[in-house]
Amino acid sequence: MGLANYQRLVADPTFWQSALNTAVFTLLTVPLSLALGLGLAVLMNSVLPGRRLFRTLIYLPMVISGVATALMGVLLFDEATGIVNKLLREGGLAAIPWQSQGSAAFTSIILVTLWIRVGFNMVIYLAALQGISPELYEAARLEGAGPWQQFRYLTVPLVGPSTFFLLIMDVIYSFQVFDTIFVMTGGGPGRSTSVLVTYAYENGFVTRDQSYAAAIGIVIFLLTLLFTAIQWRGNRSRDTAG
Amino acid sequence: MARPLPLQDDGARTAAARADDAPGGFVPRVRHVPPAQRVAAAARLVTAVAVGLVMMFPLYWMVTLAFSPNADVFSRELHIWPSSWSLDNFRTVFGSFPTATWFGNSVVITAFVTVLTVTVNLLAGYAFAKLDFRGKGAIFLLVLSTMMIPVQVLMVAQFRLVTQLGIYGTFWAVILPSAASAFGIFLARQFIIAIPDELIEAAKVDGAGTLRIFLQIVLPLCKPLIAVLVLLTVMYQWNDFAWPLIALKDSELFTLPIGLLYLRGQYGADYGAIMALALVSITPIVIMFLAFQKYFVQGLARSGIR
Repeated sequence: MGLANYQRLVADPTFWQSALNTAVFTLLTVPLSLALGLGLAVLMNSVLPGRRLFRTLIYLPMVISGVATALMGVLLFDEATGIVNKLLREGGLAAIPWQSQGSAAFTSIILVTLWIRVGFNMVIYLAALQGISPELYEAARLEGAGPWQQFRYLTVPLVGPSTFFLLIMDVIYSFQVFDTIFVMTGGGPGRSTSVLVTYAYENGFVTRDQSYAAAIGIVIFLLTLLFTAIQWRGNRSRDTAG
Repeated sequence: MARPLPLQDDGARTAAARADDAPGGFVPRVRHVPPAQRVAAAARLVTAVAVGLVMMFPLYWMVTLAFSPNADVFSRELHIWPSSWSLDNFRTVFGSFPTATWFGNSVVITAFVTVLTVTVNLLAGYAFAKLDFRGKGAIFLLVLSTMMIPVQVLMVAQFRLVTQLGIYGTFWAVILPSAASAFGIFLARQFIIAIPDELIEAAKVDGAGTLRIFLQIVLPLCKPLIAVLVLLTVMYQWNDFAWPLIALKDSELFTLPIGLLYLRGQYGADYGAIMALALVSITPIVIMFLAFQKYFVQGLARSGIR
């Protein structure tokens, strides 16, 4: 009991590796999910034949179980038999060591995560975009604003509240990522894709050191709480300043 | 004061509704379309098609491998289309594994969880919205704060709890903890709070008790809410992985996601069989999603649960 578990955490290199991996994973997946989600929402909000079909296709991955999507990832990125490497070889390029090299494994997890996650980001942004009055864009056009300027100075600020909401949701999601990593890499090769949650699971239910696992759980919880609090304050002060 | 019903006033609903009511996003008939706009429209379409293909490819590939003979799966050559269609993988999956049992387990657990969760959501939502009791605000905040706590933080404590209750390894170990869904309670409370108090007061004057008001006045007004809660709960529970993985130990009691992992443990790189089972496991939820997309999108837009 007591703080022994936390002293052990501080001295545990695997814990630090997992914490670092969690941070890197979050820092990469969150901005990419936001950017892709907003980009696709703008696209799907524009005049486009077959818009409903495209939207459905983008939503679909988010209703599929994490295990099934992760297994699809395993299948696509298998070093020897996966279609991605087959296509690379076919194109005369070198195959990528998705399972045997840490950074490649990490990349494959990020790609699968984006595939799952982009639909949710698009849903939220689409709702926000449809709340924006078309007259604003009309006015901007009359002032001579091009498409990029309209996007940069109208769309981006106007969907700000949605970005704030998604930022919190996406960070929590990325912090707590489990299914994808557990199934695709199991934290490997080595410890290169181990994150806090998979490490907590491993301690709690593989090596059966449950109090240590609970300590890691508390760290995850505190980090989630801390981040949300910072975001909340940051957002409020920006609102009052603006 | 007429407060709008939240689910009907939601931006996402309008988003979904407009998307579905709009005439497929066809170009409005303008007489002179400048060439620059035509180029932009073409570029948008090309981008959308490319995105659609990327999003679809993993699913297409899963279906293809599930119906491919094993020779295709293991060959080092590129087969974008199966060399012949085969049901071998499905025979393996249903013949050598208790797949039908797993499917049944998933159905039973999901059904129980959904009935239980939605009932608790509605009752608690009603209490938080319309009843007066001491510490209501504080208790509601407490319930909300559990949304912030990841499942993985709770898994050790939850594991000990179900062990001490003597239900570890049974369906109840999966079903009971799932019934406490803070998000569902929140959604129900937000919806029910918008029901005018006058309706409830009038029923009280007529001598109706709390239960009767709930059943006869409130519930009939909650149909859209119930639809969203049912769909999201079914989806969440059908796909749930981390907790059933911990709570179940007997392979006869596995749900489909756990069965998938088990199959992979046994068959390693037999992707054909794995994808056949994956396809079996996602089909019900995909059909449900396609049938009720509007509610799904609306529910997801206001949730953030996945």
